[in-house]
Amino acid sequence: MTQDHELRVGKIRNGTVIDHVTGGQALTVLAILDIDGSGGEEISVGMNVPSDRLGRKDIVKVEGRELSQEEVDVLSLVAPDATINIVREYEVIEKHRVERPEEVVGVLTCPNANCITTAREPVDSRFSVLEDGVRCDYCGTLIREEFADHIGVE
Amino acid sequence: MRHDHVLTAKQFSRADIEAVLDRAADFDRPTGDTRHTDSLLGLLFFEPSTRTKMSFEAAIKRLGGDVLDMGSVDSSSVTKGESLADTVRVIEGYADALVLRHPQQGAAKMASEFVDVPVINAGDGAGHHPTQTLLDLYSIRENAGLDDLTIGIMGDLKYGRTVHSLAQALTNFDATQHFVSPESLALPPEVRYDLDEAGAAVEEHTELAGVLPELDVLYVTRIQRERFPDENEYRAVASAYGIDRSMLEDAKDDLSVMHPLPRVDEIDPAIDDTDHATYFDQAHNGVPVRMALLDSLL
Repeated sequence: MTQDHELRVGKIRNGTVIDHVTGGQALTVLAILDIDGSGGEEISVGMNVPSDRLGRKDIVKVEGRELSQEEVDVLSLVAPDATINIVREYEVIEKHRVERPEEVVGVLTCPNANCITTAREPVDSRFSVLEDGVRCDYCGTLIREEFADHIGVE
Repeated sequence: MRHDHVLTAKQFSRADIEAVLDRAADFDRPTGDTRHTDSLLGLLFFEPSTRTKMSFEAAIKRLGGDVLDMGSVDSSSVTKGESLADTVRVIEGYADALVLRHPQQGAAKMASEFVDVPVINAGDGAGHHPTQTLLDLYSIRENAGLDDLTIGIMGDLKYGRTVHSLAQALTNFDATQHFVSPESLALPPEVRYDLDEAGAAVEEHTELAGVLPELDVLYVTRIQRERFPDENEYRAVASAYGIDRSMLEDAKDDLSVMHPLPRVDEIDPAIDDTDHATYFDQAHNGVPVRMALLDSLL
């Protein structure tokens, strides 16, 4: 059944299939990956398709791109049940579930404009991962939702 | 207590706090003990300060040491665009410990990652002020004790760094904390998160009158004019969160009124000569407490 739904949104030749994304979160996943279509990326998205494990799930297939660990770390915050499938020549050569990291470094921008990490200082942002969000290690600010809005540290 | 850096009150255990306060009690009497004659304390104040800066200076001098004062930001290399990270790396070579006040939250923590000497957070924006908390606790212990304590904390709870640090430190003790503020200046979510995590007994209020009779300590903070875009809005709020002698008729006889100072309008000067007024003693306690802290770090 799952395979049928994956087929519904098309197989990819080389790239990444992000499966078991929490239903309705596919667009957030694309935002995390900084994909809005303007770069000509080849993307397939299935939203709210039936899932034995999750009831409803989203699937995102990205042609020609393998995700970095930093991207997977942030992705785990909005899609904790997601599986990452690396595809080469139509074959899944690697498959693993995302794991919530203990911290996320250099990926999220602190929403507190008065945090030292937003100043012109040689320091990366660093967030500790909590059960229900993340917390800036420097100023303590909590982020519990809209993670994609805070991505963008160089 | 032995920490390489003093960054937030969250790092203090009850034993840490009691060790500093006990040591401070020793320093509260002139000892002539100048045990740190070779110590130089670097003062880096990127924001104005009177009490904190001068009490650190007094503390190190009473220990036999001396200060290296960066001076005002206007007369430092900061005006040339030097980063804080570079500044502390340079001053690290001159001083045995750094006392840093900076307008940005997390500045002391970042600085601590660039130097090997102890960094003491003397206030980081609206974040923390852990050494103020130590002297606050010293004063509370002297006047009301630190257990079975009911404390009201009133004023600007959102941006008040002394409040954030005090609230976190009080979770080490058997204290009920009543927070009183306008809704717009209530505790920030991250402080409330820490209090909830610690299982602290916390209540939030918008008016003092209902809770005042229960309090052993009322800790008043200044509502900061600069936070309000509209002067009339500030005046309306500020006048609602001040106290005068008539209000204290409903308080316990031994209620201790505290304030980190400077005050503006929030405590009527007529309270100064009552037994409730603790705030000037509180400020004086900054010296022995900071002596004790420096003695443990240097």
